Amino acid sequence: MAQVSDVADNQPPQTKTLRIARFNPEKDNEKQFVEFSVPVEKWTTVLETILDVKQHHDHSVAVRYSCRQATCGSCGMIINGKPRLACFTKVSELDSDVVTVEPMNNFPIIRDLAVKFERLFDTHHKIKPYLDREDTELESDAKEFLQSPEELEKYIQFANCIKCGLCNSACPTMATDSSFVGPQALAQAYRYVADSRDKGKDSRLKIIDDSHGIWRCHFAGSCSQVCPKGVDPAMGIQLLRGYMLGFRS
Amino acid sequence: MRESTIMKIHYGTALAAVALVAVHILMRMTMNFADSLEYETVLANYKFIPYAIMLELILVLLSIHGFNGLRVILLELKQGRTYEKAVSYGCLTAMFVLIAYGSRTIIMTNMGMV
Repeated sequence: MAQVSDVADNQPPQTKTLRIARFNPEKDNEKQFVEFSVPVEKWTTVLETILDVKQHHDHSVAVRYSCRQATCGSCGMIINGKPRLACFTKVSELDSDVVTVEPMNNFPIIRDLAVKFERLFDTHHKIKPYLDREDTELESDAKEFLQSPEELEKYIQFANCIKCGLCNSACPTMATDSSFVGPQALAQAYRYVADSRDKGKDSRLKIIDDSHGIWRCHFAGSCSQVCPKGVDPAMGIQLLRGYMLGFRS
Repeated sequence: MRESTIMKIHYGTALAAVALVAVHILMRMTMNFADSLEYETVLANYKFIPYAIMLELILVLLSIHGFNGLRVILLELKQGRTYEKAVSYGCLTAMFVLIAYGSRTIIMTNMGMV
């Protein structure tokens, strides 16, 4: 490790162009791109370049971030045309001298790169993202709900969702249908429907079975392509459809 | 009607229509294309009851499938309670009108009115 670090330290930092989409819905009619020159090392992430701009060039750039380790799901944005987490995307992996950052599609913009998450959280809340059953394992003397590794395997990848909204940003149906539940909520609906400890399958399936629910997914698959946590919402939606068509129980 | 029921009908009508249209194409291949479109041939087809029933079924299946597809496209284009009701009832009405018009042709032919 020390040798790798020494080699990297000897390389002078490169300079790349960072294009940031600036937009204030209260003042502007359309977004404008502002360019900044930023120093970039091999390991520099896009979020770090934005923070460099805020520190040295323009502190008014609006961006949401928190954990810097792809856990909180705050820094989702369009980076060189693709929805990604800024903290999880190294500039070097983009293989481009110009890095363009824009706010996520299909979300109302608060300012610059920060978007409103209300709709995402509302739809997530709507599908009851919790174990729905009468009894509880939290009472004293109650037995914990046991689950076999096979039962866990059915849903565990969907439990990795960090609610970053990249899947909703990439979804073509979300772009036209403002009432569509969205891949994030549908994948989470599957996560709980497939959980052997859950008893709320029927009510959850009823919630997503409306004219802007699960049936409006066109299986473009872009949600699965952009997920930074390896979740496959498109597959979850298809498996969920299996329950609704009676192929799964 | 629940959306899952509508979509089951949508998928079912698609599968059934593919099967019946395949039979229809095979029947047409018993003669060359130009002959199969001759006025007398078409009338004869309508007057042959089993074949007329099959054509009527194709008409019903494709109308249901097609107008539901149109409804889905229109619902994705724009949202709103009034608009969505208008789209749903409009497509349902258009479907019945098309089925009635197509059936009228078959019925009139069978009754010797053409």
